[in-house]
Amino acid sequence: MKSAQLLKQALLLVGGIIMLMPFLWMVSTSLEQGGLKNYVEAWNRVPFGTYFLNTLFVTGLTLIGVLITSSLAAYSFGTMEYPGRDKLFLLFLSTMMVPQPVYLAPSYVILAKLGWVDTYLALIVPWTTNVFSIFLLRQHFMTLPKSLYEAARLDGCSRFGYLWRVALPLSKSVIATIMLFNVIGSWNSFMWPLVVTHSEKLRVLQVGLSYFNQEQSSNYQLLMAASTFSVLPLLLLFLLAQKHLVASYSRSGLKG
Amino acid sequence: MRTGSRISPYLYILPALIIVICFRTVPILASFTASFADYDIGGFHGFVGFSNYERMFTDARFWNSVSNTVFFVLGVVPAGIAIPLVLAMLLRGELRGKAIYRTIYFLPVVTSAVAVSVVWTWLFKPEAGPINGVITALGGDPLMWLREPRGIFEMILSPLGIKPEGITAGPSLALVSLMIVSVWKSIGYNTVLFLAGLENIPRTYYEAADLDGAGKWGTFRHVTWPLLSPTTFYVLIMSTIASFQTFALVYVMTPPPGGGPLGTTNVIVFYLFQKAFDRFDIGYASAISVFLFVVLLGLTIVQRRVGEKRVHYS
Repeated sequence: MKSAQLLKQALLLVGGIIMLMPFLWMVSTSLEQGGLKNYVEAWNRVPFGTYFLNTLFVTGLTLIGVLITSSLAAYSFGTMEYPGRDKLFLLFLSTMMVPQPVYLAPSYVILAKLGWVDTYLALIVPWTTNVFSIFLLRQHFMTLPKSLYEAARLDGCSRFGYLWRVALPLSKSVIATIMLFNVIGSWNSFMWPLVVTHSEKLRVLQVGLSYFNQEQSSNYQLLMAASTFSVLPLLLLFLLAQKHLVASYSRSGLKG
Repeated sequence: MRTGSRISPYLYILPALIIVICFRTVPILASFTASFADYDIGGFHGFVGFSNYERMFTDARFWNSVSNTVFFVLGVVPAGIAIPLVLAMLLRGELRGKAIYRTIYFLPVVTSAVAVSVVWTWLFKPEAGPINGVITALGGDPLMWLREPRGIFEMILSPLGIKPEGITAGPSLALVSLMIVSVWKSIGYNTVLFLAGLENIPRTYYEAADLDGAGKWGTFRHVTWPLLSPTTFYVLIMSTIASFQTFALVYVMTPPPGGGPLGTTNVIVFYLFQKAFDRFDIGYASAISVFLFVVLLGLTIVQRRVGEKRVHYS
């Protein structure tokens, strides 16, 4: 029995080392020949500061949009009864079946017609709603007892007041899940910003890193330094929220 | 007041509805429409029937991207099931350091595909990269990895005097390198799904197997594997769908314009991207989109059919 445990530990350890190796190599290469100075140099070689701010701005505004539109829509879909509700919900769900690459080209044409290509609007507005988030929140709202709603209304709570003061505070865990999924999604999003922006002042981190990779393809110390500081914020977020995040991933079965 | 409350459910969904219609439904429908049109950098030149599809079915580069994608899926999906399944079996139950292992295995999942690609490009570098460093230190010959257009079956068999050609040469080593990265990135996620699946198997089954004197392998074969099948099936379909859409790894690790050495890593979404945004051939790109959609829809339907009763959201 004991040797079985030992074998298990050995296998997991070897696996863990293989999984960690790329990260260790990333950090150690980034510190070769110059140490932390590589980080300063990478940061200044191209405007990574701008890329970071753009990414933060886009991620933040997208998240605010998702939270507002999802709570409102989920509240309506999950707690109200009206003609056409299920058909509308189906319309929402059906868009989840179509992966982004399928409608990327026409989306670009639409943005071009709106005059939004190469603007923050193109980076943010199309992602200010997220059907999966609506779905998660709706499922949760449906579990809230109807008597709670009736009691709140009797106490003079308005319809919106119930959402704001009762339903949402009771949904903190689902909201945390939605926030984590959307932050990870926006932060790591690559194809969309690559397509809809061109100018450097609008460039987000992932696109900036990919261009940096093409320009500095033989300068490993700088590339690894840049990779390190671009993954750091999300890795920190992951370490802080990992229990909740891993549970959310395994419950919802969806990649961020 | 009464009219107000009658229309208010619609007002609540309005913001989301506007976004969904403008940026999901309309572009999705436009994709279908444009696939029947001559639409390029100069704009819309009228409908052309099925000619984009005819062009697609006779386009060797398109079929090359399809076969690369199929190779990719066939490589990534089985490995992305087998390795996480073993890890989940090892991690289940009481175990010292369980939380740490889970954290480590999960790290690549939240790391951006671009950063992951930049790091692995360096690891795979033929001249100075650490992987070739290890291989030469062990006395082997360095490999070209991401720059190797030869198929792996060709590379393995040619020293024996056998020379497979065309599709039988297998995926290029460059594409196999991308598969390795893709598997590495998804191991943690699939492991977490398998762990959840294992926890859902009632203990009583194991107690019964124990009473029957089933050995470890027998228990796995007759209890764990069949009872885990909904999870396995879910992981199978989801990773197939995700692998069909690989883009960032290809774009960053085998950068444009090529799509890898001799186009051997040019997968379908990358090809679609090239047609749409390098050539601005929206009509043709849309036909490819529709093809991709039909394939993925087929997979989703299979998943619903087979998995509906068994896969559930808690």
